Amino acid sequence: MSSRVSMGLTHLALILFGLIWVYPFIWMVSSSLKTNASFLTSGVNPVPEKLHWENYERAWNVANFSGYFLNSVVITLGTVIIVVTLSCLTGYALGRVNFPGRRAVIAITGAMMFIPTGYTIIPLYELMKFLGLSNTIFGVILAESSGAHVLFILLFAAFFSRVPNEIEEAAIIDGCGFLKIFFKVILPSAKPVVATAVIMQFIWTWSSFLIPLVLTLNNPELRTLAVGMLSFVGKYQTDWTGMAAGASISLLPVIFIFILMQRYFIEGISGSVK
Amino acid sequence: MSKAKRNRKVNKQTKQRYIWAYIFILPQILMFLGLSLYPIIMSYVYSFYDWSGVGPMNDFVGFDNYLKVFTEEMFWNAFKNTFVYTAGFVTISVTSGLILALILNNPKLKGRVVYRTLFFLPVVTTMAIVGIIMKNIFGNTGLINQVLQMIGVIDEALPWLINPVTAMIVLILVGSWKETGIIMIYWLTGLQMIPKELYEAAKIDGAGSMQVLRYITLPLLAPIGATILLLTTVSSMRVFDLVKTLTNGGPFYSTETLELYIYRFAFASEGQSQIGYASTVGVILGMTVFIISLLLGWVVLKLNKQKGKNDLKTEMKKI
Repeated sequence: MSSRVSMGLTHLALILFGLIWVYPFIWMVSSSLKTNASFLTSGVNPVPEKLHWENYERAWNVANFSGYFLNSVVITLGTVIIVVTLSCLTGYALGRVNFPGRRAVIAITGAMMFIPTGYTIIPLYELMKFLGLSNTIFGVILAESSGAHVLFILLFAAFFSRVPNEIEEAAIIDGCGFLKIFFKVILPSAKPVVATAVIMQFIWTWSSFLIPLVLTLNNPELRTLAVGMLSFVGKYQTDWTGMAAGASISLLPVIFIFILMQRYFIEGISGSVK
Repeated sequence: MSKAKRNRKVNKQTKQRYIWAYIFILPQILMFLGLSLYPIIMSYVYSFYDWSGVGPMNDFVGFDNYLKVFTEEMFWNAFKNTFVYTAGFVTISVTSGLILALILNNPKLKGRVVYRTLFFLPVVTTMAIVGIIMKNIFGNTGLINQVLQMIGVIDEALPWLINPVTAMIVLILVGSWKETGIIMIYWLTGLQMIPKELYEAAKIDGAGSMQVLRYITLPLLAPIGATILLLTTVSSMRVFDLVKTLTNGGPFYSTETLELYIYRFAFASEGQSQIGYASTVGVILGMTVFIISLLLGWVVLKLNKQKGKNDLKTEMKKI
């Protein structure tokens, strides 16, 4: 009986604390549906007296969130495709072929984890300028794809090394070459790993701030949602409800993907810490 | 097929496999050389030049930039702020992550996956957006002041982000709120690695839940705890998005961290950029993070070794 009481109290505490925990999101969405006047006076009450969708219309059209949204989508998709493809290929070579120099590649990959790459933003910016790619969307994608994908490479390598050799031998007897085995036989079985890498990279790139901020300094047209949001706040200081609508637009896709894939995602991370 | 002929064929096949493997890793290697290694080397090179980023880089100044950095008061201010943020953030997020993990690891607790998702939600959201939302929530007419006034804790609105001390506290709290979820997951992984038999044995011996926590759970969590400490410390020393959007380093540079300092000199200075100087600060930040990782990494290794020894002891006892 007492354990049931304590369990009940735990639930109560968790629900209360959890509500406070996610309240900023509730506040954000509800504010985006209020008028500026009721926003200032309504306090904690999250229920808008009437749904004011025009805040979204204003953010989308007037504050150019439609443009930012498109940029975010293009940059995120481009980065996800590049990063996942490269890590998949590297992971396959490392996991299945014992080529000369394999240990060196593994050592370098491992060492990259410890190299603090945070301060490379200045040379990266200069490099993009030199290549004529600063203030282009391709430059942002390329810069976003840089950095260590150690985690993904290791995930792929571990997965591919566990595929039984018999499968590959059977495919060779059937006359498959290296590429055909990779694309037709082994890659299709790697869907869970591909999905994990895609989701994680999607969330990282979608949330990225420093690289798109620096690389689009002179071209506001190319801003992503996160960067556009910042300039929006500067420009329309008093339009809080428009800001809340913009924030909701920015967070919606990433929260949607997370909720859709949350089991995959949390498990993927837990697995990688081991 | 004669043996020699077969060998030659196998060799040809192996060689082909090697060539394909090289083709597979080539793009990643090129990316690494061009977009990781080259920038790392170049940030060291820039740090020896007095260069604005425009025109030719021909003003070699040796260690002048380093001297300038070390005698600059604003640098030490940013350095101090970075450490204050890191210390506060790591303490709060690692502890609250552990408490949440201990509660949510209980298999008897219904709906624990829902709770985990709830507390994980801020992790996947965009830090910059969080900063902007929180700037409003902690603003003068913001939610926090409204609630505190409503329940009568304060009479007048508190200027959370205008006071240097409270601005840093808000920064730490928001940062911790954003990242606690991922730390909770790290701790949960550690908890799930503890063998169930240990708990059963303790139960048979009549240990209370506090004793189990004190003598079994916490000691066995120590190695992964050190790893978590390493990860959170290193990542929080590079805080940028949140500071930029929540306080922009203010008021009066009281929340300016090193990354913001670098950004200001490299990209956002009124007047001319100082790429050489900013790169020097970058190199110093990189070195600091590197030294801290080495120190904490050493602790991790030591704890893991000890754990190995303990495992051995229990194994031997069994025999």
